[in-house]
Amino acid sequence: MYNKRFIIPGLAILVLIVTFPLWFNAFSKASAVPKPELPPGGEKQCVASIPEMRASHMVMLNEWRDAVLRDEDRVAVTVNGKEYRKGLQMACMQCHSNKEKFCDSCHEYASVKPYCWDCHLTPAVLATKKETH
Amino acid sequence: MDKQRRKFLKIAGVTALAGLSAPAVIKLTSSPALASSETPGEAAGHAAPAEAHGAEGHGAEQAAHTGVRLGMLIDMRKLYGRPDLMDKATAACHKVHNVPHIENKKNEIKWLWHAPFENVFPEHSSYHESKVTAENDFMVLCNHCDEPPCVRVCPTKATFRDEKTGIVAMDFHRCIGCRFCMMGCPYGARSFNWMDPRPYIKEYNADFPTRMRGVVEKCNFCGERLALGQEPACVEAVKEVGAFVFGDLNDPNSEIRQRLDQDHTIQRKPSLGTKPSVFYIV
Repeated sequence: MYNKRFIIPGLAILVLIVTFPLWFNAFSKASAVPKPELPPGGEKQCVASIPEMRASHMVMLNEWRDAVLRDEDRVAVTVNGKEYRKGLQMACMQCHSNKEKFCDSCHEYASVKPYCWDCHLTPAVLATKKETH
Repeated sequence: MDKQRRKFLKIAGVTALAGLSAPAVIKLTSSPALASSETPGEAAGHAAPAEAHGAEGHGAEQAAHTGVRLGMLIDMRKLYGRPDLMDKATAACHKVHNVPHIENKKNEIKWLWHAPFENVFPEHSSYHESKVTAENDFMVLCNHCDEPPCVRVCPTKATFRDEKTGIVAMDFHRCIGCRFCMMGCPYGARSFNWMDPRPYIKEYNADFPTRMRGVVEKCNFCGERLALGQEPACVEAVKEVGAFVFGDLNDPNSEIRQRLDQDHTIQRKPSLGTKPSVFYIV
């Protein structure tokens, strides 16, 4: 092989550069699986099981939205005797009162940008202008 | 050569004749089908204005929809000389729904507001109007029409007529901010969020979202409060004088129907055939 001493290191550098995203993330904290904060109030139960909520909470939110707005079905969901009003602000945020440490932790990791909060109020935003009656 | 030209001209003549007479032939042969499809449309077209004039705009009498149709009766007699009550109702409504308070007329957001007679009832003469009419404002809100033009023009079905209640509701999630509905609404009941409304909201209601820049909003007849068994916020706010009567227009035993039977009421722009669900005693 001609120019062995240039080609082999060159190939090695190429492989390193191509695989850079893999090993860079393997050693950086970007790869750490997020740990969303559990409800500060200590609630252990949600409207559905944890794996179900993890996988398809967005589907449920869409179904609730359509039920409430389209079908005028605002009847609260009752799970194990506890009532949950259908709504992001009225159900979810009642327990998961820290959006930044709960919702955002996974959404940022997965790089999804839901537009819920363009209109819906997070507890933090709500606290800035709290209704006082 | 000569013979061929003669033949060509003959054929061309016959073809032209056939072509010219074809539409007439088609029209003649298919006339029964056409007639049957045209008549109801024409009849409806003529009937709508006639009905509006004949029934003095009380579209409810010939409502196309059955089932619950929520409506409101505004007894202005109880609000004359009481702008404070009108402002109270507006404040209650706007607070419950996180409606921003923007002074600028171009950007303002209104669900429930008041305006002079000639603006609210432009079809009614205000020539030599009475002192009461001239000096007082009239409460205005979305009419929750039985034939809502805003719903017809909405390209995304973000606004729709709820079949269970008759409320003309909005799904802000779907609104793309095209403002066709604002063009469609003859009552100016819709407002557009030209900017982020949040800085203009004094205090938040935790049970209701705000809106974002680029969506249209309007009165929703307090659908979320009705679901909890509460009255609309405006009705509750001025309960002391009972200026607002709220109820099912299709239920002959409801309070609103009994009140409508008692007094002469008017509606906004009845000749348009939108069949408003908001009635006024002036």
